[in-house]
Amino acid sequence: MLNFIGALPGAVSQGLIWGLMAIGVYITYKILDIADLTVDGSFCTGGAVFVVLFGQGVNIWAAMLAALLAGMLAGLATGLLHTACGIPAILAGILTQLGLWSINLAIMGMKANVAINVTNPDNLDRLLVSLRFVQDVAKGNRPFIRHPILVVGLFTAAVIAVLYAFFGTELGAALRATGANPNMARAQGINTDTGKVLGLMISNGLVALSGALLSQYQSFADSSMGKGAIVIGLAAVIIGQVVFGKVFRNFALKLLAVSIGAIIYYIVIQAVVSLSNINTNYLKLISAVIVAVFLAIPYWKGRYFTKTSHKGGSAHA
Amino acid sequence: MLEIKGIWKTFNAGTVNEKQALRGVDLTLKEGDFCTVIGGNGAGKSTMLNAVAGAWAVDEGSISIGGADVTHLPEHKRAAYIGRVFQDPMMGTAPSMQIIENLALAARRGQRRGLRWGITREEKTRYQDMLQKLDLGLEDRLTSKVGLLSGGQRQALTLLMASLKKPRLLLLDEHTAALDPKTAAKVLALSDKIVAESGLTTMMVTHNMKDAIQHGNRLIMMYDGKIVIDVSGEEKKKLTVPQLLELFSKVSGSDEADDKLLLS
Repeated sequence: MLNFIGALPGAVSQGLIWGLMAIGVYITYKILDIADLTVDGSFCTGGAVFVVLFGQGVNIWAAMLAALLAGMLAGLATGLLHTACGIPAILAGILTQLGLWSINLAIMGMKANVAINVTNPDNLDRLLVSLRFVQDVAKGNRPFIRHPILVVGLFTAAVIAVLYAFFGTELGAALRATGANPNMARAQGINTDTGKVLGLMISNGLVALSGALLSQYQSFADSSMGKGAIVIGLAAVIIGQVVFGKVFRNFALKLLAVSIGAIIYYIVIQAVVSLSNINTNYLKLISAVIVAVFLAIPYWKGRYFTKTSHKGGSAHA
Repeated sequence: MLEIKGIWKTFNAGTVNEKQALRGVDLTLKEGDFCTVIGGNGAGKSTMLNAVAGAWAVDEGSISIGGADVTHLPEHKRAAYIGRVFQDPMMGTAPSMQIIENLALAARRGQRRGLRWGITREEKTRYQDMLQKLDLGLEDRLTSKVGLLSGGQRQALTLLMASLKKPRLLLLDEHTAALDPKTAAKVLALSDKIVAESGLTTMMVTHNMKDAIQHGNRLIMMYDGKIVIDVSGEEKKKLTVPQLLELFSKVSGSDEADDKLLLS
């Protein structure tokens, strides 16, 4: 139990970082109505780009911006495969994801794993977040303001603010319409292809940014770090919806719910790891089962528990 | 205003499901014309409207609106000229978005959408006034999700959206077919009002011969992918349903008019 409580700050920090990725998943899955599997690859792309640039002494913000742009390029690839080449979105994502595996390795100089040298205190100080800061703050060696929960929390708030503003603009509204009803969108003069590509770019940009943060946090990038990211993202989206769906109506709050969903997910995973003797290799199976169940619940509800009253079809003007 | 010249469209060409949906359609509408379109199932009414709207490219022929050739423009670009209401009340609005958001999207039809705010303050009062005139009790529900509205309310809203930014051409594709008779009549009356107020050039597909005769200043009937009857002006005003049926049997050379057309 003590073990678990001790691990909580780390779990929350990680949850917040993955929460950014989950917000990216929310944009494609909920707003655009596309299950985008690119994220399993673009998450690592972000981490790889960041670690390599950071290792070369590039400014941290520049390195993170580069990671964001790299992720957007990945989204662009999926978007063009889908819209310009007519490949179903899910397959387009899988293709990009597969291709990214090689690209990510190439970025990392054909190594499966590239570390940030955090034994060098100068390097460590340059980082925005790190696993080590959690302990440093606890020991009083670092100001509280550098605590990863606070830093990533503020970062998340900023991202949510920007997204909230963006989806309130004409372009953002057009993007939402593209996902809500492509037919209507086209009839209102919205290029739904452009909308989808743009949405995929924004989403994967965020996913890569999240990957860049995680690679800082754990001080390395790994070619398999994005494996199952889409499932974690979906888990966060669904948990957020189940827990806060009734309360959070505002768009910004819905994004916040996703972020909190990711935190809950990581706390649960941490609890499973700390409180039982389970082999951590089973975590992915557990995640998959949890997400499958939560995705199935609304379907079962609709199928077996609907009241006999007819929905829709009424036409009282 | 609208000029359709010899358009052909075949679906599923070269397969057992091959269907020649449009077989050389010519039609010219003058500015302010309100043309009703009737015909049996599969006659090509909706196909013709979709051809004009640009849902897909035609195989042959050309389409121009207000002198601009739109034959090769994609659907979203043609939307700059065209307002549309569909048969399915679900099709014309974004259900997960608010009423005001739907209206604001429609108000920017044919414009570049940038990073300006999606809804201005001035719009809010303007839409409120407009909805008040619709008399559907929607003026106080600007921020309600459209998914909560009834079919009739949705069609009325879609109609408002289609005319919010005055289109060169209004396409109504059996937009009352999915509504109950009372609501259908209400939406139809509203359509008349909106068309008359702005003098919109309009094409309205309907299954209902009586409606087709009562509304508009011109009537065309389609059969087997072609326009077979075209009446307008005084001649149309005097038209009756039996006359129309007789006309149809003569043109199509068959007596199946009753089966195919009276099912309205």
